[in-house]
Amino acid sequence: MTLMQTTEYDTIAAISTPPGEGAISIVRMSGEESLEVATKIFKGKNLQDVQSHTINYGHIVDPETNEEIDEVMVSVMRAPKTFTREDIIEINCHGGIVPTNKILQLLLQNGARLAEPGEFTKRAFLHGRIDLTQAESVMDLIRAKTDRSMQIALGQLDGNLSQLIKNLRQDILDVLAQVEVNIDYPEYDDVETLTTRLLKEKAQEVKARIEELLKTAGQGKIMRDGLATAIVGRPNVGKSSLLNYLLHEDKAIVTDVAGTTRDVIEEYVNIRDVPLKLIDTAGIHETQDKVEKIGVERSRRAIGQADLVMILLNASEPLTVEDRQLLELTKDKKRLVILNKTDLPQKIEMAEVKQIVAAEELLSTSVLKNDGLDELEERIAKMFFNGIENSQTTVMLTNSRHIALLHQAKDSLQAVLDGIEAGMPVDLCQIDMTNAWDVLGEITGDSYQDELLDQLFSQFCLGK
Amino acid sequence: MQEVKQYAGKDYDVIVVGAGHAGCEAALAAARMGNKTLLMTINLEMVAFMPCNPSIGGPAKGIVVRELDALGGEMGRNIDKTYVQMRMLNTGKGPAVRALRAQADKREYSIEMKHTLEREKNLTLRQGIVDDLIVEDGTVKGVITNTGAQYHAKAVVLTTGTAARGKIIIGELMYSSGPNNTQPSMKLSGNLEKLGFELKRFKTGTPPRVDGNTIDYSKTDKQPGDAMPHHFSYESKDEDYLPVEDQMPCWLTYTNGTTHQIITSNLNRAPMFTGVIEGVGPRYCPSIEDKIVRFADKPRHQLFLEPEGRETDEYYVQGLSTSMPEEIQQKFVHTIAGLENAEMMRPGYAIEYDVVSPYQLRPTLETKLISGLYTAGQTNGTSGYEEAAGQGIVAGINAGRHALGKEEMILKRSDAYIGVMIDDLVTKGTNEPYRLLTSRAEYRLILRHDNADLRLTEMGHEMGLISDERYAQFEAKKQMISAEMQRLAEVRIKPNDQVNAYLAEHHEHELRDGILAADFLKRPYVTYQDLLQFIPAPAEPLDSQSIEQIEIQLKYAGYIKKSMQKIEKLKRMEAKKIPDRIDYAAIDGLATEAQQKLAKIQPETLAQAGRISGVNPADLSILAVYIEQGKIAKVG
Repeated sequence: MTLMQTTEYDTIAAISTPPGEGAISIVRMSGEESLEVATKIFKGKNLQDVQSHTINYGHIVDPETNEEIDEVMVSVMRAPKTFTREDIIEINCHGGIVPTNKILQLLLQNGARLAEPGEFTKRAFLHGRIDLTQAESVMDLIRAKTDRSMQIALGQLDGNLSQLIKNLRQDILDVLAQVEVNIDYPEYDDVETLTTRLLKEKAQEVKARIEELLKTAGQGKIMRDGLATAIVGRPNVGKSSLLNYLLHEDKAIVTDVAGTTRDVIEEYVNIRDVPLKLIDTAGIHETQDKVEKIGVERSRRAIGQADLVMILLNASEPLTVEDRQLLELTKDKKRLVILNKTDLPQKIEMAEVKQIVAAEELLSTSVLKNDGLDELEERIAKMFFNGIENSQTTVMLTNSRHIALLHQAKDSLQAVLDGIEAGMPVDLCQIDMTNAWDVLGEITGDSYQDELLDQLFSQFCLGK
Repeated sequence: MQEVKQYAGKDYDVIVVGAGHAGCEAALAAARMGNKTLLMTINLEMVAFMPCNPSIGGPAKGIVVRELDALGGEMGRNIDKTYVQMRMLNTGKGPAVRALRAQADKREYSIEMKHTLEREKNLTLRQGIVDDLIVEDGTVKGVITNTGAQYHAKAVVLTTGTAARGKIIIGELMYSSGPNNTQPSMKLSGNLEKLGFELKRFKTGTPPRVDGNTIDYSKTDKQPGDAMPHHFSYESKDEDYLPVEDQMPCWLTYTNGTTHQIITSNLNRAPMFTGVIEGVGPRYCPSIEDKIVRFADKPRHQLFLEPEGRETDEYYVQGLSTSMPEEIQQKFVHTIAGLENAEMMRPGYAIEYDVVSPYQLRPTLETKLISGLYTAGQTNGTSGYEEAAGQGIVAGINAGRHALGKEEMILKRSDAYIGVMIDDLVTKGTNEPYRLLTSRAEYRLILRHDNADLRLTEMGHEMGLISDERYAQFEAKKQMISAEMQRLAEVRIKPNDQVNAYLAEHHEHELRDGILAADFLKRPYVTYQDLLQFIPAPAEPLDSQSIEQIEIQLKYAGYIKKSMQKIEKLKRMEAKKIPDRIDYAAIDGLATEAQQKLAKIQPETLAQAGRISGVNPADLSILAVYIEQGKIAKVG
């Protein structure tokens, strides 16, 4: 019963500033309901009343908790004189992965849908806003980005989450099948009649499980703050190059956290969707210029705070005392030992290194030649997701789209409960139940339309 | 053998092949639109015959009958004239799923429909087998019969049902036959294949019939009809409704362990399991042997004994569909409570037949391959009288419009169950005989039984199938409903002793402030009649149908609004037409699977394209961009 075709007229939202530099991020929304959605989360002037093409000062507030998220400027641009020829809202917020993501999620929870890659451009084109000759490139964009984002999305959907969603869906499906069988075969007395009481129990139960899951998105320390990561090593070993590589990737988001001094700048990067909070990057830069001795004290401090340590060793030189100290300091930490400068002749004592460092912690790179860096990213992601699997929270929500969809599912289940409360018949409450099931299916990509009928005919014995 | 000499018969505007439930609706629609119409059937005694269950309606199907009636079809009127029992199902549930079902007098139903056809002035009913089509340059020109007649026409509708290379199977016995031992149509299928159509084999079945005089009713439960008047047709009147004592009851009984044991120990003689039956049967209508194998842990299965008519004592054993050998059927029938001494009058049987894979059709039910050729009913892979009739009227209207050179008519998923069914068939195809179920409709709250007239009468009138007089009545009813809704939204109920006493009765809080009548009616326990105690009566009293409308539209307003919003979005996607004969292979960026599916199904709108499995949103976007761009390569 899922109907994907109606997405064309949804109100869509996305973070539209290229992640990376800049202290300001823009979250953009386009579609008929843009003004309505923005109004729900904006404290300031009533956006529905302001003139078109104005910029308005105010605050973004989570309507559920009344928590203030950020101080913002909101641009209101009414159709048709906009990029997409639809109503557009742009929220200028204080950069930073945390508030920007939070604002995006609030929009998604309040009626917008996460934009597909290239979707703003596509709408601009479809509404005759951009030139026909650009059509080809728009399509390339759609195809290329969709393929990539689908791969990424599938990759992100780790086995546990996927299984959990599938279980939720199956639970809902069992109920739906029973409602349907009661409707389509009303005279079959051997099928238990699904009352609103049973429906209520099921809706409550599934909703509670979704809420539990959503907590991991709201409260997961790592997701909120990033995985504290220290990059340590002797001067000139390549720390700065590695840092620059991580920061200059498209995915990097660098931010000044308001109210902090230059000294403790924290920089956030997203590596394969693992948010890293790089600690003491100032230290890394400093040691680069001044030929000072390795600040072991400083490193010790950074290591102490870190959830993950990346130790760089120079593969073209023998191990030094400092190297050995760092390896000793981190032996109980989650770490990656990176043998850098593999482009030069190798002089490091491999036998000794291999004795101290476990194979899964060890890898070789040449940051200069861009070699081994994919492997590095992969290791980071692997470490992170393995770590999560072993931690107490078995499933961690990391993806904005998943979070938004789970919120929608939760809202639909709430609507089931509201309907029951209002005395609505079971087949009406079931509409919202079906919606919850559809929305969950969007997470796992299961929207096989005949699923329900298959269930119906395999579960019940029907017919003349 | 001598070859039959062909001769030129008369010319017609529309020819309909087959006078089952699809064919009758198709022919009547075409004729009533002013087309000179020929309706050919293999056997004139089989017009609108019910070869299986003697009933019409039920969940989803009953709504289809109402939709047919609103469009100007005949099924609703015909069953209202010939039912022996009428019952509203799902009364304990919400308004969207209420369903009317009638037990029919099979013979009466057939005779009444035949007479209606005979009286239709533009319509000729004739016995004969159509063996071939006359096709020129991809356009149908007429038909050729087994007696050598060539009839020319501007449009042809095929509704061949289970007659197309039909084969009956009873245990080890197997023979060529149409439904109920009538003559099958053996040549037409082969000629369709020669024209390039892809056919497949489906199977369906029917249970044994027993002599009512030999049933011990005391061992069964009586299932009477409803006393409160119900009708399928919006034209029927309450005063013509049969009192419950003049209706015929059905009887409920069950299979038991002994029944199951007999079947299980004879599975080696069951064609279903020995590989004799090749056609695909419906999951929702399994044979008893299938049920017992698949649901081995069920101790019993329900059976309904249904009368086949007033002038006969034959009873249909609903739930006992089978193709086991006659000997075994006899044995297990006798194990059933009430049927211990029952005389079996006809054995159950399975029947295999040819269907045209429905992806080869457009939403008008015209074939993509041959212009002017339409197919409907079981031919398109459906099952059920109502499903057949629903397609029949759409095919008939479009064939008629084609002959008249008028624009075609398409029912959308949001218009009618008939639209849901046709869209499913032409977009997704079907791997088993297709039956309508309410769960197939995503907007079932909008596609209700009570509002079929509001949804479709206007369309029926526009097609010329609803008289001006009936249309005027409909308009008046619509007006009355909206005027009263308007009034209820303005009148306030003030708190007073009478209202508060009423509320106390329903264990509700007293009214503190005034409340709008419309809001008061939204409370689950309040009926319109209750409401009238507290507000002035309307200038003119409302009929029960209008009251029902007002109650439903107000009480479920929130849900209706949500559905309508979705429908609005869908309609905008439906408005995005895809030009025909697109060369999908020439579109860069479409995934291979999407390319193949789109080329095969040739969707007519972006919305339809989006419903094809394997076509994902990125493919849709690319398609949209191409269409917008207008630079589309065509095939052919």
